[in-house]
Order: sequence, then structure tokens, then C-alpha cells
Amino acid sequence: MREKILTILEKNARITARDLAILLGETEEAVSAEIAAMEKEKVIGGYHTLINWDKTGTDKVTALIEVKVTPQRGMGFDSIAGQIYNYPEVQAVYLMSGAFDFTVILEGKTMREVAQFVADKLSPMEAVLSTSTHFVLKKYKDHGTVLAEEAKDERMLVMP
Amino acid sequence: MRNFLADKVVELAPSGIRKFFDIVSEMPDAISLGVGEPDFDTPWHVREEGIYSLKKGRTFYTSNSGLMPLREEIGRYLKRRIHTGYDPSKEVLITVGGSEAIDLALRAMLNPGDEVLIPEPSYVSYLPCALLADGKPVVIELQEKNQFKLTREELLAAITPKTKVLILPFPNNPTGAVMDREELLALTDVLIEKDVFVLSDEIYSELSYHGEHTSIASLPGMRERTLVINGFSKAYAMTGWRLGYAAGPAFLIEQMTKIHQYTIMCAPTNSQYAAIEAMKNGDRDIEEMRESYDQRRRYLLRRFEEMGLPCFEPHGAFYCFPNIKRFGMTSEEFANRFLKEEKVAVVPGTAFGGSGEGFLRVSYAYSLDSLREALDRLERFVKRLDQEQQA
Repeated sequence: MREKILTILEKNARITARDLAILLGETEEAVSAEIAAMEKEKVIGGYHTLINWDKTGTDKVTALIEVKVTPQRGMGFDSIAGQIYNYPEVQAVYLMSGAFDFTVILEGKTMREVAQFVADKLSPMEAVLSTSTHFVLKKYKDHGTVLAEEAKDERMLVMP
Repeated sequence: MRNFLADKVVELAPSGIRKFFDIVSEMPDAISLGVGEPDFDTPWHVREEGIYSLKKGRTFYTSNSGLMPLREEIGRYLKRRIHTGYDPSKEVLITVGGSEAIDLALRAMLNPGDEVLIPEPSYVSYLPCALLADGKPVVIELQEKNQFKLTREELLAAITPKTKVLILPFPNNPTGAVMDREELLALTDVLIEKDVFVLSDEIYSELSYHGEHTSIASLPGMRERTLVINGFSKAYAMTGWRLGYAAGPAFLIEQMTKIHQYTIMCAPTNSQYAAIEAMKNGDRDIEEMRESYDQRRRYLLRRFEEMGLPCFEPHGAFYCFPNIKRFGMTSEEFANRFLKEEKVAVVPGTAFGGSGEGFLRVSYAYSLDSLREALDRLERFVKRLDQEQQA
């Protein structure tokens, strides 16, 4: 049941426990209990809204920063990551395989703001060897959802 | 000028659904629960393969029977899904949709006056195809009390010495009925003893929600007297690609291929390439779509229950077939009034045969939000009808 609940919630966090129960052929109580348990276990980390900021008047810049680090004695990747992800403007931090160590996704109001974060906060960290900043020009798809398209039902209304 | 038209074509009744379609198309703001095709797009990897085949310039005819690699994939698929083996070189034919296969099979089998048993309610083309092939359609009116399954008694009562073919359309459009292994086994000895051939239209086979689909071809003694008809439209959301197939004994496939060769040449080439990809790597797509349909099926049944609309539980396809007899209207009256007053299109059960009277076909090949909106309107409509009746 967990996987099915999560698959639905991932696409629609606002669905009610009652509707979920109907879709899955379970009782509302069982579904609610399962969700509560998953929230407690941090399987469910939160319920967020997918916003296409480009369609609002708000200025937002997203940057993807490749970061190379040297893990130091008594300080593994996890603690370096912590040093980075605790900044609220950091949206995501991933440990990577390959040519660099971390992907940091950063949101700022302007490019200058992002540049300043990299220059003042990220680069000076003792463990950080180098950074490479890429600005996002346009978001086509985010969290599995295509942002631009408007879905239209083109099927004929009545068919045998 | 003399009459240039053939009597048998002129006498053919236009599809009942056509009339309703004309009314609906004049209401641009109507919403619909009336479609007979998936709401999913064809999975992208399948579309990509179709596009790639065009880019590569694979724009020629294929062999009449269809691309050999596709027939081989179909052979493997049937082995895996219905546990029945077919020789791709002699026992599989690629057609333009399952509908072409129905037409070919009936034309290849019927002599004038041969009787074809057609259980109804069912898809609209069996009866006209039988007539066009000079056969004599014999309708078996399926019963709600049997959950619209074909029973041994009904079959026995319909068979005459002239009976040649039984059409077996399960999972069923429009009722959603499914026949399981036991229920099919109850028919097989009759079919063998009376020497009847079966056209098993299994186009909805992947949309079975209570355990694995059983094909009658897989039951003892039936492989040699069954033609399995299936296709890509429903399982892989590929309706517009127009691709289906027939698998059955070589003696029949050979004759069908002849008609196909003279009338169609071959099924669309790029659709065939796309279909190879679907068969090779599409099992997960099927799984995901089935789960999604199953969820909506439960949602519909619950809503019907809550608004007091009796509906037996359909185990297949993507239709529910609620009973509206208590409102004292015909299916057509109900559908017309519902469309006029609430702007929602549902298909009257009678579009699928006389025994569909008193029922509606409600499709759940829609997003949950669309279903919710349409069902809210249905609930409002049903309440109004109940109040009218009490007044």
C-alpha cells in the first residue's frame, strides 16, 4: 500500500485521505495511519507546491553549482554537505559520482546575489577546492511535470 | 440514374453511437465520459521508435503479414501472457487495428447463411461485419444477473446446425465484464461438441483487474478452433496508430492474409516498428496504466454506490455499465436529457445492442479531476430525477 500511496501523493499532494482510500480500495483509517507513519519515519519529507516562477512577476534565478571538495580528517562528505545545505538559499545538495563531488542547486533573486553567495560563502570554505556555476536559463520540466505545455484532450467526445 | 448502391450496405443501420455523436458535437462546452480510448499518450519510447523509423526512411511496404520481427515479438508475447504458442511465420497476421482482423476473419469463414453468434451488449462492428460477409448474425442477449457473461445455457440455446462462429468479446466493451477460466471452461465442451469456431476479441486483455486474463485459446482443445484478436490500441494507448493482429490456426490465417493482401497490402510500416518497441519494452507502461485505470474504476463504483445507481462490478476494460431502469426512461432519453441539462456525454447502452436498454456506458479513461466533475453533475442529475419521481 505504501508504494501506491506515495506514487499518487508524489503527483498530487492535496488529495484527501478519503479519495486515496477509494482509489486504492482501502479504508480511510488505514490510509491515514499509513501516511502518518510515513511522515513520522520521514519517508514523506514534506508537501510542496510546484511553482512556475517564470509566470509570476517575482524575479528568481536558479543556479547549478558543481563543487569539488577535499574531505578532511574527521570531516567526511556528510559534514561538508551540512555546511552547505544549512544555508536557506540552497535548494538541494547532492553527492555525485564522477568529475566533481557535490551538485548544489541555489536560488537567488539576481545573478549577482548568486555570485556573491559563491564568492563569499561557498568558495572560502576550507574543504572546497573549486566551484563551477551554471545558471538556469529556462525550466522546461520540473519534478516530473512539464511546465510549459497545457494539456488538452483531443479525443473525440463519443466513440464506440 | 439507376440505384448504384448495394442493398446490403444501404440496409445496414448506421452505428447508434453516430446519432449521439452528432448531438454532442453541437455542444462545444460539453464534457464527456463517452470515449472508447485511453487518455494516456502513447509512451514516449514507443513514439520515438516510430519517429526514428520515419527518419531512417523506413517508408516502404512490409510483407503482407507484417514485419517478421514484430510477428516474432507477438509470438513471444502470447506465449508469455496467454501461455499459448503461435508460429510467427504461419499463424500470426498484423492488421490495421483489431477491427480489420474481425472483418477478415468473418469474410474468410462465412458462406451465405452461416450463423454467427454475437453476444450483446458488445462492440458495434461484429454484426455489420457478419452481414457484409453474407453471414447470419444471431444475437445472444447477455443478462445483468449473470454480470453480462456468456453462460453455457445461453450458448446451447443459441446454437443451431448452421452455427459456425461464436464471437467472444471479453473483457467487454461496453459492460466491463470479464470471463475467468472456470466460466470459459463451462463453454468449451459445448463448442467442441457442436464444432463451433471462436473469434476471441481480446483487445482489452491487458486491462483485467482481478487476476490474469485467460484466453479461451489456452484451454484444452480450443487452440485449433480459436482466433485470438488483439492489438496495440488499448494496452499501449496506440489507437491512432491503427495496429492490431490475429493469431490462430494456419488454415484460417492463410485465407485472411489473402484478403488482407488484396485490400490493405500491409499495416502501416512505422506503426509496426513502434509496436516492436512496445512489445519489447512496454510491460511497465501497461502495468502503470492498468493501476491507474483500476484506481479510477474503484472511484466510479464508489460514486455510483453513493448516488444510489446500481452497477455490477466490472473486472475489465475501462467502462462501467450502471443500471438506470428505476428512472423510467430509456437509455437514450436519459443520455439526451443528461447531456442537455448537465452537459455531460455518456453513451446509451442501446448503442451496443438491444440488451443494453436500461444501462449507460460510462468510460473512466479520464483524469481523476475530470471524473470528479462529471460525476458531481451526474449525482446532481440523479437527485433531480429522484425528486421529480417523488413529486
